[in-house]
Amino acid sequence: MTDATANTPAAPKEGKHAGSLFDADARTQKRNASEARFRALGLGAIGIGVAALIVLLVSILSQGLPAFQQTFITLDVYLDEAKLDKNGERDIEKIKKVSTFGYAPLIKNAMTSRNEELGIDMAALGVSDKEMSAMVSKEAAAQLRRFVIANPDRIGDTVEFEFLASGRIDGYYKGRVTLESAERDSNVSPGQLQYADALKEGGALSTHFNWGFLTMADASENRPEAAGIGVAMIGSLYMMLVVLFLALPIGVAASIYLEEFAPKNWFTDMIEVNISNLAAVPSIVFGILGLAIFINYAGLPQSAPIVGGLVLTLMTLPTIIISTRASLKSVPPSIRDAALGVGASKMQSVFHHVLPLAMPGILTGTIIGLAQALGETAPLMLIGMVAFVREFPSAPPEGFFDPASALPVQVYNWTTRADPAFVERASGAIIVLLCFLLCMNFLAIILRRRFERRW
Amino acid sequence: MSLVKLTASALAIAAVSATAASARDNVQVAGSSTVLPYASIVAEAFGENFDFPTPVVESGGSSAGLKRFCEGVGENTIDIANASRAIKDSEIKACAEAGVTDIIEVRIGYDGIVFASQTDGPAFTALEAADIFNALSDKVLVDGALVDNPHQQWADFNAELPAVDIIAFPPGTKHGTREVFEDKVVLAGCEETGAFEAFKAANGGDKKAAEKACIALRTDGKSVDVDGDYTETLARIDANPNGVGIFGLAFYENNTDKLKVATMGGVVPSTESIATGEYPVSRPLFFYVKKAHIGVIPGLKEYASFFVADEIAGGDGPLAAYGLVADPELAATQAAVEAEDVMGGM
Repeated sequence: MTDATANTPAAPKEGKHAGSLFDADARTQKRNASEARFRALGLGAIGIGVAALIVLLVSILSQGLPAFQQTFITLDVYLDEAKLDKNGERDIEKIKKVSTFGYAPLIKNAMTSRNEELGIDMAALGVSDKEMSAMVSKEAAAQLRRFVIANPDRIGDTVEFEFLASGRIDGYYKGRVTLESAERDSNVSPGQLQYADALKEGGALSTHFNWGFLTMADASENRPEAAGIGVAMIGSLYMMLVVLFLALPIGVAASIYLEEFAPKNWFTDMIEVNISNLAAVPSIVFGILGLAIFINYAGLPQSAPIVGGLVLTLMTLPTIIISTRASLKSVPPSIRDAALGVGASKMQSVFHHVLPLAMPGILTGTIIGLAQALGETAPLMLIGMVAFVREFPSAPPEGFFDPASALPVQVYNWTTRADPAFVERASGAIIVLLCFLLCMNFLAIILRRRFERRW
Repeated sequence: MSLVKLTASALAIAAVSATAASARDNVQVAGSSTVLPYASIVAEAFGENFDFPTPVVESGGSSAGLKRFCEGVGENTIDIANASRAIKDSEIKACAEAGVTDIIEVRIGYDGIVFASQTDGPAFTALEAADIFNALSDKVLVDGALVDNPHQQWADFNAELPAVDIIAFPPGTKHGTREVFEDKVVLAGCEETGAFEAFKAANGGDKKAAEKACIALRTDGKSVDVDGDYTETLARIDANPNGVGIFGLAFYENNTDKLKVATMGGVVPSTESIATGEYPVSRPLFFYVKKAHIGVIPGLKEYASFFVADEIAGGDGPLAAYGLVADPELAATQAAVEAEDVMGGM
């Protein structure tokens, strides 16, 4: 007999209660089993969550990473004076009269001369002249025209350009287009793909990192290869600036008043309930409100980041107020009492002592609110941000009123396009958006870790 | 909170409306998602070749676009509405009430509607409007009597069609495509099969009610409305080996490697067969310009003229390359845009 059994008050019944701590009785076994079951359930829940995350990430990364790579064709283009500046006056207004359609033949000539150089026989590949021109993105003519207008003195020279290859050719090197699918595809022929291979062998075609995806504006459905998220990133940035500069001061001021100064009565109680309610209101409601107030009533321009920013500010305010009040509440009353005790006014105690101590919590809440606003799509649809915008907005403050797009909206926009190349670009934009969100959340964690005080 | 928010919004509005008074210098377009790709192609080329900023093009559907178009005149309203159908009389009336009286109608070309299944799916080589009606309508004519649609397989009513389960994905009712699908396919099939007369008789000779009964689609899960875009229809077809989707021609042309197109009346849909009128299911595409904005919004008229220029909307232009069926009467449209002819001959 061990000590443990000796200490049991009542005499154990035979078989039912052995009394040993090492031999669990039936009830303990039951409890232990239920704990084990709960642990298994919890582990299972986490497992499901992690699996879902992995599936999501793998599908987004595998679809989206190719968007950061792009296929380019290098050509030496002879800037023919007879076509671009017939009189030889170098008058910029007259040069501008030549539209992008006038530049297309120059690119075609450049391709023909490159073929001769590399000894590629177009007839043997069965590629027509039209198909040959279709190898290069339609963006190329625009790129050429911009160059000539910027450098009119280069007319008559032969200049080396790196043009985007068209979407289907690019898709060939990313595995989206194959020789078999090209048979059925009316936009690309197997001959064109073989031609692309020949160009690659000759060194005229290469695939490398595509900065254009991050810097260029959206492009039409005829040239998915030229589409980028530049305008969307700037639009999102402007909106976040508006949200930061409106929501942070308003939210903090409101919560300081409510937490430290406001009397506790039915009115403040009602306000508190309303704030919690507003935090749960579907975001599309704020879009409807924004359309009615900011566009129809106040007359602000459509598709502008200022309106988007204002709508998102309304959406973010409850989040910021709730987190600010929570962090103000977590500052111990002894700090306030001590400040008041040495003669500080109520306002001094708040601004000199309570607010600095609550700052990490406020900043964390603000950043999380901003991250939530950054990923919001629904309210932006109603205020005209789901648009095809190619012009970069100008620098703030005027730029706040120029049309712009936003990152999540650009993702939505691209998923509805017909050309399959946009699917890859949409996933690419999701990756960029996720990176921004990760950075913001990381910043929130760092701020919390660094400045958090414990009592 | 409500007080704080009110003051906050009031402050924000006051702060920004001071600067917002500056004139808008870009053209704003909204409307049909079918016209959107064409409009964005034109806007892109317009921005490249002119000194005006690139127009901003929004989608949202023909009806939504025309509604916003008719909100009034002024910089805060859109300049152009894209539509995959002609403007309705009720909309013209709503426009006039809001002060939008002079509207320039511009027809840019034609769009076809095609039926397609996945590449490994069944081949529909003998499809007629009557077959679509028999497959998808709520009530069909069997042995001279109107009954709830009993058909389970395509071969049930036409032996030339594949013996696979019927499952189709027509566009939802907010789409302009749906209207054309109802008018040119379902209603036509209804008349062909003689069901129209039966409906008419059942409704006491009421033609309107008979038409409505004709275009009512079955609700037993064989016909699934797709409210999203064609990309969603494509995803449904990918998941459904026997599924038949309804697409715009341009979407099909961009995804020929994934879709197998069905013939209609023995004709393969293409820009050529639609231009000649052999392929029966097509519709005109339009955009509407607010005349009051010409001269106020820089670049508006230039954009409209550029849209219908031969090098853009002509047979060899980028729009035709994307899938638009060029309008044979383009020259007349160009002249009308040049002269700023408004609707109603006013």
